[in-house]
Formats: sequence, C-alpha cells, structure tokens
Amino acid sequence: MKRDISSKDGENTPNGVDRMIDQQSSRPHVAAENSDEARLRQRAIGVKLRQMFDEVVNEPVPDEFLEILRRADSSSGKER
Amino acid sequence: MSASEDLSTLTGAARDNVFQKDLVTLIPHLRAFARTLTGNATQADDLAQDALIKAWDARASFQLGTNMKAWTFMILRNQFYSDKRRSWRSTQLDQEAAERTLVAVDDPESPVALDELRQAMAVLPAEQREALILVGAGGFAYEEAAEICGCAVGTVKSRVSRARKAVQGILEAGAYGRDGRPADEAMGNILSEAERLSAAR
Repeated sequence: MKRDISSKDGENTPNGVDRMIDQQSSRPHVAAENSDEARLRQRAIGVKLRQMFDEVVNEPVPDEFLEILRRADSSSGKER
Repeated sequence: MSASEDLSTLTGAARDNVFQKDLVTLIPHLRAFARTLTGNATQADDLAQDALIKAWDARASFQLGTNMKAWTFMILRNQFYSDKRRSWRSTQLDQEAAERTLVAVDDPESPVALDELRQAMAVLPAEQREALILVGAGGFAYEEAAEICGCAVGTVKSRVSRARKAVQGILEAGAYGRDGRPADEAMGNILSEAERLSAAR
C-alpha cells in the first residue's frame, strides 16, 4: 500500500523514515532563522520606503502649486 | 489650533484663510504620494495640482480640525483612479514600468538601492502600492489608510503584507541578477512575481 502512494525509492525503509524525521526536526530552526532575516530585510525596506517618500516631501514646492492657491484666493475674494 | 469648536465657528474669508494655511503645509506630502502612485514626476505634479484644486473647491465640505491630510490624500487618490479609468493606456503604463525595472536589473553598474525599491514599487498592483506607501511611509494608521482607500481595515492589512512580501521578492530577484546569474532568469522572476500578484487580487 505504502509503496503505491510513494513515488520516491526508499521512502518506506527505516533509512527513509530517519531522513524524514531529520528534515522535520531541522525545519523550525530554519524557519526561525528565515523569519529573523525576513524581519531585518523588511525593516530595511521600510527605512528606504520612508526615505523615498521623504525625498519628495523635502523637495522645494514648485511655484505652480502656490500660484494655484493665489489664483483661488483672488477669485474667491471677488465672489464675496 | 487649540479648540476645534473655535474652528467650526469660522466663516467666509477667515475660514478660507485657516483652510488654505493647512492645505499649503500638505502640498509636499501630496506631491510625494502622487509620485509613488504615478512613478513619474511630471504626471505626479499634474495629479497633485488637480487634487489641490479639487480640495480647495470642496473646502466647504471639510470640517476644520479633522484630519486634512487623510482627506486630501483621499481626493488625490480618487483623482488618480478616475484619470486612470479614462486612460486606455493604464495597463500599458504598468507594462512600461515593468520593462524599466528589467532594464535596470540587467545593468550591473546602475542599480542604487533606492532606485531598486522605486522600481519594485512600480511593478506592484496599484492597490498594494498605495496601501504600502500610506502605511509604510505616509505615517497613516491602518484605519486611516482604509478610509482613504475606501476599503476594510483587514483589506489594507493584507494588501500591505502582500506588498511587503512582493517588494522583498522582487529585490531578491534583482540581486540574483547582479550575482552573475543569467539576467533573463531575474527578469523571469520579476515578471512571474508581478503576474502572480496581479492574479491574486
């Protein structure tokens, strides 16, 4: 029965079982390392993301923007 | 301003004055948000200027003392999507963004970390990009971002989380390209990642 569902050779031999247990027991360790690394990478991405955003925030505002509000100001002044 | 009751009693020119002073301080943030949405400085400033005009025209509907930053970001975002809907080129633009990324990854000299991030952002589906930028750089809480995007808080959370994973994956694919692996392998990774993400919407 087992032989029918397993495609790999030796998977139902004692050796194969040992190998599977080894893989399973090493998994949590690897996952913890990966998530630490992932957290560090995510933090680095976060810092860069804010840097990217702040770069534009810190640019001087082009005059057209203030011109829009000046125009709006004078036209709303006329209305009143 | 100390008391919001004082603000709500303002009318006419005095109210406009307060409104405009607050609006001016938000212009740099609107420009930054527009830049990340469009990925293009000229388009971004057009978009931000349109949003500024819309915000000014709608000033009567804004309640002074509430979150003007979130309010203006929502206006800018709506403007962006209505422009995009009108433009049949929208999908083509995303394709162009993807191609720019591939070209940069192909060149081992040019990539600067910040440019890579900018390009990775450009490949993301728009809704993930905006969620990540609002929460990750714009300083908005998930709840505020949800209000700006007109969706549930849980939706924003999952978009941000998918965007983070995707950006990381794209940056890693780019790094493989520089490690001397065939550049088309990195390109394939980026394209399939972008494709997978768009499908997961």
